[in-house]
Amino acid sequence: MPVIEIHNLTFGYEKQPVLENIELNVEEKDFLAIIGPNGGGKSTLLKLILGIHDSKKGTIKVLEKKPKQSLTQIGYVPQNTNVNTDFPIKVIEVVMMGHVDGKRPLFGYGKDEMLCAMGALKQVSMADFAQTKIGSLSGGQRQRVMIARALCAHPRILILDEPTSSIDITGQREIYELLRALNKHMTIIVVSHDISVILEYATKAAHVNRTLSFHDISDKHSTFHTHGNKEHFCEIELLQMLGAQNCDTCEDESPKWSLKP
Amino acid sequence: MIESIIEALQFEFIQHALLAGILVSFAAGIIGSLIVVNRMVFLAGGIAHTSYGGIGLAVYFGLPIFLGASLFAVGAALLIAALTLKKRHRMDTFIGLIWAVGMAIGVIFVDLTPGYNVDLMSYLFGSILAVSTQDLYFMAVLLVLIVAIVTLRYRDILAVSYDSEYASLRGVNVQFFYTLILVLSALTVVIAIKVVGLILVIAMLTIPVYIAEKLSKSLFSMMFLSGAIATLFTLIGLWLSYTYDLTSGASIIMVSAISLGLFLLFTHKKI
Repeated sequence: MPVIEIHNLTFGYEKQPVLENIELNVEEKDFLAIIGPNGGGKSTLLKLILGIHDSKKGTIKVLEKKPKQSLTQIGYVPQNTNVNTDFPIKVIEVVMMGHVDGKRPLFGYGKDEMLCAMGALKQVSMADFAQTKIGSLSGGQRQRVMIARALCAHPRILILDEPTSSIDITGQREIYELLRALNKHMTIIVVSHDISVILEYATKAAHVNRTLSFHDISDKHSTFHTHGNKEHFCEIELLQMLGAQNCDTCEDESPKWSLKP
Repeated sequence: MIESIIEALQFEFIQHALLAGILVSFAAGIIGSLIVVNRMVFLAGGIAHTSYGGIGLAVYFGLPIFLGASLFAVGAALLIAALTLKKRHRMDTFIGLIWAVGMAIGVIFVDLTPGYNVDLMSYLFGSILAVSTQDLYFMAVLLVLIVAIVTLRYRDILAVSYDSEYASLRGVNVQFFYTLILVLSALTVVIAIKVVGLILVIAMLTIPVYIAEKLSKSLFSMMFLSGAIATLFTLIGLWLSYTYDLTSGASIIMVSAISLGLFLLFTHKKI
């Protein structure tokens, strides 16, 4: 049973459709990369999955329910976590915001919430920074804290919007390694620009530019050709291939893209 | 010097002034923190000036000034909250509009009041030596209310202030808390009118907060530290005002501003 089912979805802000006839099934424990040009509708698709926008045409089901009803089981890491760095708030307080409303004490935070938040921080290797002011962390560290905040609710699906856009290359790798580890327990969806990196880690790819083309890329070597010994893909070729309306690689058993030059 | 302070403390109006200064400073420190972290400083300024409309109406209809100003300021806060719900990018236009219209209403109603020569300056720049017992009760009740709300609903207020989009995804009623902060700001502005006046109140809501922000790791400590710093500035300002016969509100603000300058100079904190 897919964790996210989108069928025949069309959505537009003002008459002009931003997304058209979207079909997408995300299976449990998938690592899905959503890629595509700016303004192509990636963020809109995320907002539909999170229930921030309502679709007028087509259906969208998250964990077999309407998006809004499944929110408690989704962990979300928004874009631009570098804003508001002057805010006086400790790392642990940010993480505890991720808790879903339930029983809570009259004042402050419950012990179980503290433990849970510390657990989430340990998962992202940031436990030592629990009492640090968020503004004094680096971009990569702050992004880990935001992931911990999302993990706090024990989500079944983790959704990240451009998680590495303002992080240096080493930090980016670390974030993706972390996501790969988390992927053992949950479904992961990442919207990203750095396609050459994300495609190394993702098992499925969805190219969104008003329409969506879906690709199973779990077997990298048969899908792509690489440059040199390193597993680095040529971005231009990837974009051409993934954005193409008719994708040869998905139907053909011996895709032409895997041929080495 | 100590003798002159003890001598001054014998007067009831000085006792009232000190008590009002402490109550208002604490409220301003707490609410000022919320205003600053939510980037609502201009908004609070708008509400402060608008409340003059309430003063004018209260004078005209013979109502207690506090009541008129409170109702009018809360009304303005609710209006701004409703207007900015849909069109946040238009917020500065709305604030500018409400700011000027509120003051104009106040001036016209004072004009219309027969035989009444209201001292406009005392509302604009404070008249802390004319605090009544009733005023003190009003201030105390508001401070208790503010402390209760920010303590009991701290998590929601923190979540909304830090990341409102995420807070709404986690089921926090962002619009409610946003409006609540505005209404509490409006009431704080009204009680601060007595102490520093409605023009200078904005400095009282921001300068202590600015210093506290650099020294605090959490919003909670920032709120109460701001309250303590504001109280200190108010007491020093009042003492200077009494000793050198200066306007109390302006003295408090100048003490705050000079302290901020020294703080930045000696701590080398980035602005």
